[in-house]
Amino acid sequence: MRAFTQRYPVWSALIGLAALILLYAIFAPWSDAAEDIFGRKRIFLNALFGGITLGALYFLVASGFTLIFGLMKNVNLAHGSLYLFGGYMGYLWVDLTGLWIWAFPVVFIIVALIGVVLQYVVFRRMEGEDLRQTLVTIGIGIVAADIMLWIWGGQSYTILTPEWLSGPTKLPIISSIRDSGEIVYLSYPQVRIAILVASIVIGLGMWFALNKTRIGMLIRAGVDDKEMLTATGVRIQLVFVGVFAFGAGLAGIAGIVGGTFQSISPGEDTRFLLASLVVVIVGGMGSIPGAALGALIIGLADQLGSVYMPTYSVVLSFLIMALVLAFRPQGLLGGGR
Amino acid sequence: MNRFIASVVAATALTMPLTAQAQEAFKIGVLVTQEGTFTVAGGDGIRGVELAIDQFGGEVAGRPIEWVLGPSDATPDTAVRVARKLIEQDGVDIIVGPLSGSEGIAMRDYSKTIPDKTIINGISGALETTFVDPSPNFFRFNTDGNQWGSGLGSYVVNELGWTNIATVAADYSFGYTNFMGFAVDYCRAGGKIEERFWQPLGSSDFGSVIAALPDDVDAIYLGIGGTDAINFLNQYQQAGSETNIIAGTILVDQSVLTAEGRAKDALIGTVSSGPQADDYDSPAWKAYVEAYQAKWAPEDRFPTPSLFATGYYNATMAALTALQEVEGDTSDGQEAFRAALSGLTLASPIGDITLNENRQATGPVFISEVIENEDGTLSTKMVSKVEGVTQTLGLEMADFAALGLPSRDTPDCDALNGG
Repeated sequence: MRAFTQRYPVWSALIGLAALILLYAIFAPWSDAAEDIFGRKRIFLNALFGGITLGALYFLVASGFTLIFGLMKNVNLAHGSLYLFGGYMGYLWVDLTGLWIWAFPVVFIIVALIGVVLQYVVFRRMEGEDLRQTLVTIGIGIVAADIMLWIWGGQSYTILTPEWLSGPTKLPIISSIRDSGEIVYLSYPQVRIAILVASIVIGLGMWFALNKTRIGMLIRAGVDDKEMLTATGVRIQLVFVGVFAFGAGLAGIAGIVGGTFQSISPGEDTRFLLASLVVVIVGGMGSIPGAALGALIIGLADQLGSVYMPTYSVVLSFLIMALVLAFRPQGLLGGGR
Repeated sequence: MNRFIASVVAATALTMPLTAQAQEAFKIGVLVTQEGTFTVAGGDGIRGVELAIDQFGGEVAGRPIEWVLGPSDATPDTAVRVARKLIEQDGVDIIVGPLSGSEGIAMRDYSKTIPDKTIINGISGALETTFVDPSPNFFRFNTDGNQWGSGLGSYVVNELGWTNIATVAADYSFGYTNFMGFAVDYCRAGGKIEERFWQPLGSSDFGSVIAALPDDVDAIYLGIGGTDAINFLNQYQQAGSETNIIAGTILVDQSVLTAEGRAKDALIGTVSSGPQADDYDSPAWKAYVEAYQAKWAPEDRFPTPSLFATGYYNATMAALTALQEVEGDTSDGQEAFRAALSGLTLASPIGDITLNENRQATGPVFISEVIENEDGTLSTKMVSKVEGVTQTLGLEMADFAALGLPSRDTPDCDALNGG
C-alpha cells in the first residue's frame, strides 16, 4: 500500500479522491441539482449495492475458478456445471429440510466430492496438456448440462429464502429527505445483505488461509514453481485434489446464492462460466484479489449499466474485458509472468 | 466408362421408386427454441405439433406425416441456419415455426428465398413479420403480440380504475409489440404511462430497476417472460414491493406459473391478456386440453397446454387441414396448398381463426386473472373474451400505420389519450 502510494502519487490521490466522492454520494443527502443529473439517490444506491452483491456472487464462482487455474493451469470449463449442480442440490436440501443456512456446508461437501472425483479420475491423467483438458472440461460441461436437464427438467427453481431473511430492511443510509423534513432511509432486501456479508467473510477467509497458513504457503509455492515444491517432498497431488475440491465447493455454494436471489434453470451454467471467465480475465488469471476486483467491476457495470444505460448494459462487461485485454493483458492484478 | 454408366443406372434405379411413389411422406420441419430462456416453452411447442399429427392419425390424404426437429436458440441467425438445414438437408415440405419475435422476422425474409416451400409461423408474435413487407409464403395462424395486448388496457382503466402506471418490458421486438397492443388500448381509454423501462432478454438481476420504479403509480405493467420473469418476481418480493402488477402475455404463461419456489406467488390476482385462457369452457378447447392431458403423463407436460403448444398445434393443424383440402397435392411449388391455407377458416380450440390479406390471423383474445388453486398451484381464470381482434386493433390500416412500428417510444401515449 505504502509502496504503491510512493510509486504512483498522482494515481493514489485520484483514487483517494474518487473514494471520498463515493462515500459522500452514499451518505450525504443529495441536492436537487444532483438528482436532476443522476436521477433519484435511491436508484443510484440500489444500483451500487446491487452491483456489489452481484459482484459478491460472481466472486464466489470466479474465485474457485481462478484458484484452480492458478495452481494447476487447468482452465476448468465445467465450472459452470458445478455452479448449476450446487444450485439444484441446494434447492433439494431446502425443499426437504427448510434449513437454508445448513444447505451451505452440505452442498459444499457434495460438490467438493464431485470436484475430488473430477480431479482424481479425469484431470490427473492429463496434467499439463492444456488443449486436452480444455476439450475434456467442455465435454463434461455439456454432458452434465444434459443430465441435469434430464433430472430436473427445464423449469426454473427458486430457493426459498428463510423467514428471517425475506423482505427488506432499513439501512442507516439516508435515501432522501421529504419536504416535511422526514428522513427516508434506504430499504434493501435482507437476503442480499446476507449474501454480501457471507462473500466478504469467505473472501477474507481465503486471503487469510492463502497468506497466513501452512497450506496456503504450499499452494502459493505450487503456483510459483510446481517442480521445486514437489522436489521438497510435498505430495503435490494431494494439494491439487484439495484445491480442486475447495474451488468446486465454492461454485456449489454460489449455486445456492444464485438460486436464492435469482433462479436456477438450464443455461445458467454457461452464463456463470462466461461471467467467471470475464471476471477472471479482467482481474487477472490465478489471482484471488484479482477475482474480487474483477467481480466487483463486472457486477457494478452490470447494475449501474442496467439503470443508466439499459441499451448498452449487455456489452458493457465485454467492453471492459476488451479494454483490459488491450491495455493490461495479464489482468488488473495479474502477475507479469 | 462402363463403370460410370453402371453407377448412373444404379443411381437411377435407386431414385426411381421414390419419385414414382405417390404416397411420399409429408415432411414438416419444426423450428423451435431448445436453448436458453424459452427452452421449456419450446418443448411444449413440440408437444403441440405431435398432438396435431395425432389428430390426423399420422397421415393426411394417404400421405404419412413425418416431422423433423430444428432446434434454435431464439436468435435470428440460428433460426435461419436451422431453417436452411431443414429445407436443404432434411428436405422438408413446410416449416412450422419459429417461436420468438426476431426469429419470425428473419424467417419472413428467408421464406422469400424459398418460394416453392411454405413457412407457417409457430407462435412468434412480432407485428412486423406479417405487417411490413409480408412474404407470400409465410402464414401466421396465431394472433400477434400486438393483438394479444389488446383489450387489457381498457379493462384495467374501466374495470380496475388504474390510470397511472410504469412499465417494465423486454427490450426486443416481442416486448415492444405486446406492450404496444396494451398501450394503444390503455392510452385510448385515458390512461397515463409515468415511465418506461426496457430490459435486455436474459437479464437476471433486476434489483436496480425495481428500486427505480416510481412509488406513486397504480400498477406496474410487466412485459417479461420465462426465467427473467421468475428472477424479477423473486427480487420484487425480496425488495418488499407490493404495487399491483399488470401482466404482459408471456408473464402468466404456464412456464412461469409452474416454476418451483415462491416467486410466482407475487402474481396472484394479476390480470393479463393473451391468445388463450386455461379455463375457457368451449367444447373444442376442452377436447383439446383432454387430448393433451391424455397423451403425456403429468410430469412430462404442463397441467394444461401453454400458448406455445397451442400456437404450434394450430399451425400444424392449419397445414394438415389445408393439405387435406388439396388432397395431399404439394406439386407445382405448393401453389394449391397455399391457396387453401389463405382461404382457410381454422376451427381451432380457441375459436375460429381467419387470415387477412397479409396472411395474418384475425382471432380472439382472452383476458384472465391469475388465481391460486386449492393445492397451491396457480392458474388463470378467464374474465373476458374479445372476439375477432384484427391485426390493426380495430383501427383502419392507415390510422394504425400512422402510429408507427412498435419501439421503445411507440406508441406515444399522450397523443392517444388526448393529454
